[in-house]
Amino acid sequence: MHRSRVKRTLLTTLALVLAFAWAFPVYWMLNSAFLPNVVLQSATPTFLPFGGSFDNLVSVATDGSFGQALTISLIVTLTTVVAAIMIAFLGALAISRFRFRGRASFVLALLLIQMLPAEGLFIAQYKMMSSLGLLNQAIGLAVLYTAAVVPFTIWMLRGFVAGVPADLEEAAMVDGLSRTKAFLKITFPLLAPGLVASAVYAFLQAWNEFTVALVVMTEEQSRTLPLWLRGFVQASASRETDWGQVMAASTLVAVPVIIFFLIVQGRMSSGLVGGAVKG
Amino acid sequence: MTTGTTTAPTTAMAGTPQRANRPRRNRLPLILIIPSLVLLISALGYPIGWQIVTSFKQYGLMQQFGAPAPFVGLDNYKALVTDPYLWTVVVRSIVFCIVTALVTVAIGGAMAVLMNAVSTWARVVLQVALLVAWAMPVVAAMTVWIWIVDWRRGLLNWALVRLGVDGAEGHNWLAEPLSFFVVASVIIVWMSVPFVALSIYAGLTQVSTEVLEAAALDGANGLQRLRHIILPLIAPVLSIVMLLQLIWDLRVFTQIKLLQDAGGVTNETNLLGTYVYQLGTGKGDFGTASAVSILILGLTIALSAYYVRSLMKEDV
Repeated sequence: MHRSRVKRTLLTTLALVLAFAWAFPVYWMLNSAFLPNVVLQSATPTFLPFGGSFDNLVSVATDGSFGQALTISLIVTLTTVVAAIMIAFLGALAISRFRFRGRASFVLALLLIQMLPAEGLFIAQYKMMSSLGLLNQAIGLAVLYTAAVVPFTIWMLRGFVAGVPADLEEAAMVDGLSRTKAFLKITFPLLAPGLVASAVYAFLQAWNEFTVALVVMTEEQSRTLPLWLRGFVQASASRETDWGQVMAASTLVAVPVIIFFLIVQGRMSSGLVGGAVKG
Repeated sequence: MTTGTTTAPTTAMAGTPQRANRPRRNRLPLILIIPSLVLLISALGYPIGWQIVTSFKQYGLMQQFGAPAPFVGLDNYKALVTDPYLWTVVVRSIVFCIVTALVTVAIGGAMAVLMNAVSTWARVVLQVALLVAWAMPVVAAMTVWIWIVDWRRGLLNWALVRLGVDGAEGHNWLAEPLSFFVVASVIIVWMSVPFVALSIYAGLTQVSTEVLEAAALDGANGLQRLRHIILPLIAPVLSIVMLLQLIWDLRVFTQIKLLQDAGGVTNETNLLGTYVYQLGTGKGDFGTASAVSILILGLTIALSAYYVRSLMKEDV
């Protein structure tokens, strides 16, 4: 009995140490964001943000370049989310409600495409955008992002569409609704959670993406937020890095995403390995 | 994209597709997939095609001034195969990928077992910490880590000096390839463990407690139960998670690029992604860059085959 209590305490301690280790970098970012650079440059680190202020955050947020990058990120991300959801929804309807010639190849192509790394494509995408005159254009980046998220979004929505029994729709039609009306009134509301989940997925991908943006958004005024953050770090490093400002910039990029992620995480992770978990 | 595909609910079952024998609707599914097809062919298919063609062309100084690139057959590939630097980059990428993926799955797996063993509150604390780390946008996470390992005022060197490590004072970890990759690997493990730990934990919760209790009654100790009951039951999750880590750790462009920004040694720390970037945007050598890209795509597809097959099985 005694031995197992000791073991339990040890395991609990280990779990807490690990939790600390994983949360610490995030805490360190927030902590540093509140501290003035003078404090951060001293020989001993300051572990608690006492005496800190919102100065760093305010000065970074009110700098024009942040607003510009935020605008571009919003345009690119919202375009991607809306376009991806519409296109993927139609695709998901096709593969979950119909059997047709070429369906299996279509699904296979989707699954293969979603594994392709941006690193294997970005040079070609850069050349394509440059020949179309779409470099540094939000719409160009949004098209590339949409193509990158659509395959997985179709795959994700497919499960939701299939989850709404077609019989339900048919029953409504027997009751006198047209096919379109039955779809809009019965099926569509039931799909809302799936559409939200897919929208969140597309949002997070587009909002955080760095690689493709780095290649096709070459000018300073067309930077998305991740590119802006990198530029901010580089600009700061060319003088002597003001870590308080840099961490404030990171915080501005990260905190909205973390909050968003925590709200919707209920459905995370299980999907990728879902089949395997179910055995 | 870089962070990969992290979400997907599959709680819904693949439903019963409707009888396809109504002629009126036969063409409908094809119309429904037209938008996806158009998009994927123009934004992904065309670049892949361009890349294949370009990998047979030569880009030199003349082409930077607008001369059309001549076809040179397999010359780019031949040059690559005989280029010791490419092999260095390939071997480095593969070793980095395997080591990082193994460490990630080992730590993630251990954490999952731990979550299963501790009381609810401790588990929830750990889960929240993992989720917060997972949610960090990659560029923001890299920035914090670069601050932590900063050679002048970083926390790491301060802690090492405190622990009595000689020479840690003012040591730049990003200046030497080996310590550069250790730092990169630690950061990527930190980023990837949450997904692995939570997925394996989800797998563990499916292992029935009755079976475990029965085994305990029969005298199996903890380690035996882990080896003979738990491991075989969660083997499918483990293998999928391992595979995804291998695929994702092959595409660590963002992390390596940002560490190179901070450290300054590029040639000694290039992995496949940053090498293509350097060839394409730095040197304008699109022929060679395309050939290396094809290599990356080939490697990824080879690695993905098993995963894609297992997903196809879900698609009834």
